[in-house]
Amino acid sequence: MFDLERWQEIFDTIRKNKLRTFLTGLSVASGIFILVILLGFGQGMQNGIANEFEEDAATSVWVWPGVTTKEYKGLNPGRRIQLRNENYEFSANLLGDRIENKSPRYFVRNVQVNYGKESLAYGIQGVSSQFQFIENEYISKGRFLNYSDEREKAKVAVIGNKIKRDIFKDTSEPVGQFIDISGIPFKIIGVYGDVGGEREEERIFIPISTAQQVFNGADHINNMAYTLPPADDFETAVAQSIQFTNELRAYLLQAHTVAPDDTSAIQIWNPMEEAKRFYTLMSGIKFFFWFVGICTIIAGVVGVSNIMLIVVKERTREIGIRKALGAKPWSIVGMVLHESIFVTAIAGFAGLIFSMGLLELVGPHIEVDYIMNPSVDFNVAVTTVFVLIFAGAVAGFFPAWRAARVHVIKALKDE
Amino acid sequence: MIEIKNLHKSYQMGKNSLHVLKGINFSVEEGELVAIMGSSGSGKSTLLNILGMLDELDEGSYTLDGVPIKNLNETKAAQYRNKFLGFIFQSFNLINYKTAAENVALPLYYQRVGRKERQEKALKYLEQVGLKEWATHLPSELSGGQKQRVAIARAMAAEPKVLLADEPTGALDSKTSYEVMDLIQKINDEGNTILLVTHEEDIAHMCKRIVHLKDGVIVEDKKVDQVRAEQYV
Repeated sequence: MFDLERWQEIFDTIRKNKLRTFLTGLSVASGIFILVILLGFGQGMQNGIANEFEEDAATSVWVWPGVTTKEYKGLNPGRRIQLRNENYEFSANLLGDRIENKSPRYFVRNVQVNYGKESLAYGIQGVSSQFQFIENEYISKGRFLNYSDEREKAKVAVIGNKIKRDIFKDTSEPVGQFIDISGIPFKIIGVYGDVGGEREEERIFIPISTAQQVFNGADHINNMAYTLPPADDFETAVAQSIQFTNELRAYLLQAHTVAPDDTSAIQIWNPMEEAKRFYTLMSGIKFFFWFVGICTIIAGVVGVSNIMLIVVKERTREIGIRKALGAKPWSIVGMVLHESIFVTAIAGFAGLIFSMGLLELVGPHIEVDYIMNPSVDFNVAVTTVFVLIFAGAVAGFFPAWRAARVHVIKALKDE
Repeated sequence: MIEIKNLHKSYQMGKNSLHVLKGINFSVEEGELVAIMGSSGSGKSTLLNILGMLDELDEGSYTLDGVPIKNLNETKAAQYRNKFLGFIFQSFNLINYKTAAENVALPLYYQRVGRKERQEKALKYLEQVGLKEWATHLPSELSGGQKQRVAIARAMAAEPKVLLADEPTGALDSKTSYEVMDLIQKINDEGNTILLVTHEEDIAHMCKRIVHLKDGVIVEDKKVDQVRAEQYV
């Protein structure tokens, strides 16, 4: 290994057999390259999915009532479930320490909305002051609803950017103006925007208490929304939110006397559960990538051993000559293996450096949904290179050994 | 230098055993130039292979420079070949991707001679065969005669006890053959022991002694008056 003469002999051989060396190297380097890129994108997809769900207030939980489908405790199926303030308040008390933001929502229907002489067709929703954070709304003018609006049942409204553009144009100032809802004037206190786009900006928010009282809502609410405090990592977040969902569902089922296995009466949408499904899918994809990667490596090893086989075959005569001149069998094996290990190692690390460099350079600039910052565990990649070198050496050993044992006379007759 | 007693060698050919050498007794003194002659199948190549430790004998004894050659493993045989013997082949057997000088230096590599000394010695022997200017050329750029001279320089480079030449002029025209023989004679003049297998009468008569082989036995072993190749060059 540290025999300088041997190294010189090998460099001579490599220098004079450039094509052979290049082909061996290419097969090894491309194997490693493909593996690293595949693993990188596997990781990138995982990062991307985690990111997608973390970013979008992924810890939110939405509750929608539905219709019962099962008979339970003498109650017929087909009963429509109506959420009430008490459900909201009780759930808030029950799970309060695990809730970050919470809001009930009441949809005000069949009302006429006017601004001056203009008739407007926008949805009106009664919500709590924390709804802003659940929906990730940002305030572009004025303020959002606050707790005292709610308590005092103030006749105030927050409108979306789109509404502002539609009816107030860009010039005049909407905050402080009044809109009529069913003939009752509501003062505009703020304008919000939503990263989700214009569709999300076509709503008018008023305090839930006002909505229920003014528009005959009694204590009815249409749905409830929560966000949970952020967890340290994705796994905990998923576990935490699933736990929360289960407890909330249990309470609501019991409060409304619904069969525990009735899935349509109370629907709870939890993006974390979706994320969990994506994660499972992801580990499938990752497994697949590994599988493809390992197949690539096997193909690389087979390629290397093929080349070694041909190289040894091609050099049979040369080996015969060397033996006639006094080369010992082990020095022949050593020469062939030394060359192959050297070429495989250089090519393997070249492929590794090139692919990791590519991931480093291009990775952070990839802006595709569900792929983020593809990268690869350096140790894993280096291990693969060593596995390839080792496999190449083993694959090269047998033809080399056979060649070294071949009778000189026979080897010299080889054309 | 070489002492062979009652040498037998047979090959298994399927179920039949082919008795190639049937009791050869033969010895070579230092400084001799011996031609081994015989038709094909007479066993002359087998004899040379055994002398060259490329093949093992079945029966009898072989002593080379006082060392008994028997039951050698591959490693030992390689060591002895390197130390005692230089080979010259009919088809030259140069390594085609190495230059003339590198080919000549190769046996020295296996003698663990340092790179610098190898190069110096290779040039020295190339000069001796008149090819110093061709040192950096590849075998493909040399003529047949030149290739054989490089091969002779390579055989000489290891400074062996005995040079073994297997039909060294077999692939050359007569003019080139005589040039090569001239070179071989001059090397012999310096005191080197050379054994040469040939089936050409005129080449054989350029040696000092002719051994005739027929059907695995020596039928004739005579000293001859050497014809100098120089006059034909």
